[in-house]
Amino acid sequence: MDFTEDQILRYSRHILLPEVGGDGQEKLLKAKVVLVGAGGLGSPVGYYLAAAGVGTIGVIDNDRVELSNLQRQIAHNTARLGVLKADSAKETYETLNHDVKVVTHKERLTSANIKNIIKDYDIVVDGSDNFPTRYLVNDACVMLKKTLVSAAVFRFEGQVMTIVPGEGPCYRCLFEVPPPPGMVPSCQEAGILGVVTGVVGTLQATEVIKMVLGIGQPLKGRLLLWNALDMNFRTVKVPWNKECPVCGERPTIKELIDYEQFCSLSH
Amino acid sequence: MIKVRIPTPLQKLTNGKAEVECSAKTVAELVDVLDKDYPGMKDRLSEGGKIRRFINIYVNEEDIRFVNKEETSLKDGDAISIVPAIAGGNWNSTSSQLAASSASEYDYI
Repeated sequence: MDFTEDQILRYSRHILLPEVGGDGQEKLLKAKVVLVGAGGLGSPVGYYLAAAGVGTIGVIDNDRVELSNLQRQIAHNTARLGVLKADSAKETYETLNHDVKVVTHKERLTSANIKNIIKDYDIVVDGSDNFPTRYLVNDACVMLKKTLVSAAVFRFEGQVMTIVPGEGPCYRCLFEVPPPPGMVPSCQEAGILGVVTGVVGTLQATEVIKMVLGIGQPLKGRLLLWNALDMNFRTVKVPWNKECPVCGERPTIKELIDYEQFCSLSH
Repeated sequence: MIKVRIPTPLQKLTNGKAEVECSAKTVAELVDVLDKDYPGMKDRLSEGGKIRRFINIYVNEEDIRFVNKEETSLKDGDAISIVPAIAGGNWNSTSSQLAASSASEYDYI
């Protein structure tokens, strides 16, 4: 692949790194990554992937920008209140880097549409805020053997794990089932320090870039735990669970589970 | 003594403390000891004597499910982490997803 003069300048600090170089930059430009959600996590993930020259970025989101989002969702801005987040993110990322093509998917993921949406991408990045979507994305990625960079945040804490189906554990190996609704604090009690989504989203972007380049040790079989208040990063081991209902030796989940069914199961 | 890291959602029970110390020989005993010091902990962590499936307990870096589950033995100096599944700011959306409400509650994080 021949770089233009502008591309050589734009990506010069990447190309200078022996671990990236021209070959690595070419891999990034050819990579296709899809973001589940253009919110607190998805915003910084997409921002850094666009800056890095990831050639195709899919954005799955059917919500509109609201004022209460702007404390953390940096792909959007005040002038775009009421605009679909997928469109807002597309404008932000493509303005940053014309090499990037942003594909918008303005729909909520369901068992019916998820496989069709993610099938053409190399890597899926989960920045969803709810358990039905989180488990749906995990199960679909296992079934389609898509690399998934999964993360979640809560108040001052974040968790990140990279899932490579067939090579390591999946999200259900870590947490087989979601908590029943009664066991968790209500939405009003939750809250999130805005910058926590920035740190955790940027960690996800780092994992995506490493996976595309094939460098370093991804968070495969490890869960990264970060707490903003004590500023400690820790990892714990996540073994593959041979009894995992979706990626174990005898999987019991062979079809994607709908939200409604999921909810009734989790009660 | 054993150090136990308490996740944010359970810090209400520990008066906001992110780390507590206690003595126990097994994880099952640890849950009882924690409940004595911080009533309600046992119910949040376990059901019928088993750790709830959306909560993992790590002894140092090891998940007890792959060691000896609730009977995993503990020794002085061990660091225990209690790690619940989290899903963004919206823990309740397994149920609230279905209810009609303002869109902002269902935003991606």
